[in-house]
Amino acid sequence: MSLVKIALAGEGGQGVQSVAEIIAEAAYNEKKQTIYIPNFGLEQRGGVSIAFIQVSDERIGAPKFNKADVVIALSERAVDRTTIYSDANTLYVYDQSFKIDEEQLPEAKKVLGIPAIDKANQELHPRVFNIIIMGAVIGLTNVVSFEAAKEALENRLGYKFEKNPNLRELNYKALEMGKIMAEESLKEGVAK
Amino acid sequence: MMVAPVTPKSWYLPSKPHKFCPGCGHGIVLKALGEAIDELEIQDRTVFGCDIGCSLLSWDFFACDSTQTHHGRTTPVMVGIKRSRPELITIGYMGDGGGYSIGSQHLLNAAVRNEKVTLILVNNTNYGMTGGQMAPTTLPGQKTETSPFGRDPEETGYPTKGPEFIAELTPDSAYVARATVSKYNQLKRFIRNALRNQMEGNGFSFVEVLSTCPTNWRTNAQQTWRFLEDEMEPYFPVGELKTPFGKGGAK
Amino acid sequence: MPNVIGETKKAFITGNEAVAWATLAAGADIMFGYPITPQNEVMHYWTRLAPKHGRGFLQTEDEISAGFTVCGAVQAGKKAFTATAGPGNVLMQEPFGMAEAMRLPLVAIIQQRGGPSSGTVIYSQQEVTLTTFGGNGEGHRIVYSTATHQEMYDYTIKAFNSAWKYRFPTFVLGDGYQAKMREPLEMYNPEEKGLEIVKPFPLVGLDGHIGDNREPQHLCNIYSMEEELYEVVLDFVKDYNAIIPEVAEYQAQQCEDAEIIILTHGVVSRAADDAVKILRSQGIKAGSFRPITLRPFPTNDLRNVIANSKAKTMLIAESAYGQLDRLVKQEIYGETIKIENLFMPGVGIIDYDIISKVKSII
Repeated sequence: MSLVKIALAGEGGQGVQSVAEIIAEAAYNEKKQTIYIPNFGLEQRGGVSIAFIQVSDERIGAPKFNKADVVIALSERAVDRTTIYSDANTLYVYDQSFKIDEEQLPEAKKVLGIPAIDKANQELHPRVFNIIIMGAVIGLTNVVSFEAAKEALENRLGYKFEKNPNLRELNYKALEMGKIMAEESLKEGVAK
Repeated sequence: MMVAPVTPKSWYLPSKPHKFCPGCGHGIVLKALGEAIDELEIQDRTVFGCDIGCSLLSWDFFACDSTQTHHGRTTPVMVGIKRSRPELITIGYMGDGGGYSIGSQHLLNAAVRNEKVTLILVNNTNYGMTGGQMAPTTLPGQKTETSPFGRDPEETGYPTKGPEFIAELTPDSAYVARATVSKYNQLKRFIRNALRNQMEGNGFSFVEVLSTCPTNWRTNAQQTWRFLEDEMEPYFPVGELKTPFGKGGAK
Repeated sequence: MPNVIGETKKAFITGNEAVAWATLAAGADIMFGYPITPQNEVMHYWTRLAPKHGRGFLQTEDEISAGFTVCGAVQAGKKAFTATAGPGNVLMQEPFGMAEAMRLPLVAIIQQRGGPSSGTVIYSQQEVTLTTFGGNGEGHRIVYSTATHQEMYDYTIKAFNSAWKYRFPTFVLGDGYQAKMREPLEMYNPEEKGLEIVKPFPLVGLDGHIGDNREPQHLCNIYSMEEELYEVVLDFVKDYNAIIPEVAEYQAQQCEDAEIIILTHGVVSRAADDAVKILRSQGIKAGSFRPITLRPFPTNDLRNVIANSKAKTMLIAESAYGQLDRLVKQEIYGETIKIENLFMPGVGIIDYDIISKVKSII
């Protein structure tokens, strides 16, 4: 697998950093080279939070990148903050529920709107929104296998699953839902 | 018949006569400290640290392990030593500039944390080594090189009352006192108490000592003593402000 | 020394956590610190790990105090360290100066952030001048500039050894990226790797009875006569120059047949390595040189590399506006190789930036 660069951005509290960390850990567990840098600007409490992930089979060079292969913006403000990471080679993903003008969207290979927020609210639970996004990242990039992602989730949230086994089911469903959502939107996505 | 030695055993004789000006109070403070170290038998485990300012002239004053630091930074160096080696007795020696001005954040926070160090601060109402500038402790109206027309409290505030603020900041196990070189036996008792408080592991111990600086005050012997007793002592009351020991030394 | 790591193991952690484990593995006794981003997690991990292993910690009132408490602790014979960044590094120049003057084996981890002043809390290489030559002295310091988490771990352990062996204050110069990112590394017990751990020793608070079997120690940091100070500084210069062959470290790759040498340090050297690979695949012969020690600088090594290389040009790339550039130029004064620059103060440099620059100059 050659280098994949992902930028994941959302509001503080949406769980962007935990998702990034779980993905990075899953990749590490699959013996891939991985770097994950959290956004660590001044906005540690609230504001837009960005996670930068790189996964590769070979040693990774600079921890920073200018343009991502995949950008996922999980809030309207996050769209503004992430346009600089997108170029003609980028898959740019945002949530369909945002009220966004066409002009606001950046240059991209493909812009994909996914119904993650609606699906989380209507079909599962708002708290697993970030796990749907995690599934979407996997669906879009294949940086880690679905099994490795489940294992990393178990490592991270196992203690919660022990207390409430329904949660495990819910998280796995969310992961799968995100993956399928991403794969479908890849087929339907419009070139911009 | 035994004759008491003229100099304390803990003094380092090769560095004597000492380097302070004639009439300076440092010699008296350091004699009291030397005798206290002898009486408490702590010479071998004492680490003496001195600041910048005239206090630095004491860097080789004692036959005790000694270190000389930067202006105002003796407190953290002593804290670093004590935190690393609690069995050592650490004595920080500084002037009013080092303690109350440039190093005030260290003094204040070491007091708040109740660091188990002993600090002795010599208050002579001016910056002696640099040539007699105004200090935090300069009295209202007192002329110095940087307050040539006398200190105006409207412009530069009132003199810092160190022991008073430190007593407010510290818990009951701290020892806080103000002594004067004009009352030698009391001075020595306060320094002893301060060291004893550290030896017993009770807490922070602090002694401010009112002292003389005839060189920068430009005073003769009589005027020097008069300034100390008639000007300084009324403004800076002498006594123990906080002590874990009762009268006679009992806890 | 107790083995705090156990079996050698892989870990996927942040650089700050790697530093905390490395200080523990190196046998550090006590940390003094003051909060500043991006080094905070060094303290966070240390305060959780230290009590389990009987090590100490104090959060001081400011960085000045953190530096001076470290000076006190090392004088008392304990392996003490601090970690800081940016404005904290500025404040610590005062105690670092005392460590230089009194030859105190102080260790400090610097995670560079953007400047001047508060700048950003993110990343830069703008603390090179400060860390190598800050203070009113002659830069008698050892400064390791790391590029990976493995190096953060390795050189943090090494820093304690160098400090206590040579008695010059020693720095591990990282940056916000290295501090905050996660990447894999191997953590090990140094003795298991055959690394000897240099033992600390006290400068005050010695054993024995003064007057009977030992003299009192009088550590002095100020001199009455200019000639006295002159002698002292010249002795330091002599000692410092003597250790350069042992201490100076560098990495050079593919410089012999190169038409251009890319000189970087720290995390930027990762981008330089990638740039060399890509440029060579495109038919441009590039090589790379990276000083690992910024002080002492591997001057002879760089001069030799230049002499044995076909390169007529050297590109100095850094996330600062010329701090590395000045350091290099003063060290290789007289060399005729042409020097070009890529200065990106306070922002990360990636392979693309270096490649574009190289193509624009050759």
